Amino acid sequence: MRDLFRGELVRITAEEPEVRAKVEVRWQGDSEFHRLADSEPVMMESEKKLKEWFEKQNEDGFTPERFPFSVRTLDDDKHIGFFVLWLDLIHSEAWVGIGIGEREYWGRGYGTDMMKLCLRYAFTELNVYRVSLGLHAYNPRALRAYEKAGFRLEGRTRKDTRREGRYTDGLWMGILRTEWESMQTEGGT
Amino acid sequence: MLDIQTQLFEGQDVRFGPIDYEKDPQVESKWTHDSDFMRMYETDPVRPMSAAMVKKHYEKLEKEIEDEKNMYYFTVRAKSDDRLIGKAMVQWIEWANANGVIRLGVGLVEDRRKGYGSQALRILLRFVFAELNLFRVSARVPEYNVAAIALLKKFGFVEEVRRRQALERDGGRWDLLVFGLLNDEWQDQARPVLSKVEG
Repeated sequence: MRDLFRGELVRITAEEPEVRAKVEVRWQGDSEFHRLADSEPVMMESEKKLKEWFEKQNEDGFTPERFPFSVRTLDDDKHIGFFVLWLDLIHSEAWVGIGIGEREYWGRGYGTDMMKLCLRYAFTELNVYRVSLGLHAYNPRALRAYEKAGFRLEGRTRKDTRREGRYTDGLWMGILRTEWESMQTEGGT
Repeated sequence: MLDIQTQLFEGQDVRFGPIDYEKDPQVESKWTHDSDFMRMYETDPVRPMSAAMVKKHYEKLEKEIEDEKNMYYFTVRAKSDDRLIGKAMVQWIEWANANGVIRLGVGLVEDRRKGYGSQALRILLRFVFAELNLFRVSARVPEYNVAAIALLKKFGFVEEVRRRQALERDGGRWDLLVFGLLNDEWQDQARPVLSKVEG
């Protein structure tokens, strides 16, 4: 069977809580990263609190609703980011949250490779019918990566985020299992 | 002129009120035994609820409102006899972005198509835009809820997102629509038409 955890540039890992917490403190200090990834106000949490949070996550294991993963590069084994799948079992849908905290890895294909792994996991392990995500209109780099992975733009919530005194749109994307499957037979990875 | 005289929670035939723990659980329990109503209102799996379960649900709701501070909940009542007709709420408010998600339901079949939903939505929109000062609100509706879609469009809501086949019901897949209305659109269109007190 195919290696679910290994892409072309990155692999899926589970990091130790203290490693994850230390990195998270640094990523939270990058306000641009946060503003690209989230719509809530930027905030900072202590390493202690974050470590406890990741420890709790480890104790709980994977809940039926939430599947968090860390990501490392294949060539230098650097922990660069994460993705999370939130699963709606009833309607067979998964929502994705994804981020590369190490900014020197932005715009180099790592996000696209992460999303490929994420979709393969969602469609062939969680076996969902569709995968969904939201992003900010001011994040064209993410939009391109998601389009490359096969997501289609399904709409735009007007002016749903206020940054620096300006209102910007939210974009919403989705990919159906049938669409993903037809991409695989076309010779994609 | 600043209008604080108009009662925010009064419509023509309906008004907003708080939860009545004595009377409302029995009424809402009855609604939950109507799967048609529940599948219009909920995307989570629906099930009948006893009055005791509804009461617990109210308690949980009021605690969540107190803890999270991102939700407002009202009962919709008949002005004539204070009977519970429906519920109206705004939830998932993001204060920094000044947005939220509205929900509205009229419980009994015999209370529908009488303009109660329209009156309740008018009150709710005035509350979110003129009292909470939200910049925009969203409403999420399954594509099969044609009554809700018509009502939202009447109030100027714009269909912004169509999440393809996001719901599975009755052995089929259905789109989930997201509608949006901005505060200035409400000021321009909805308010002059829908509120007679505007000069």
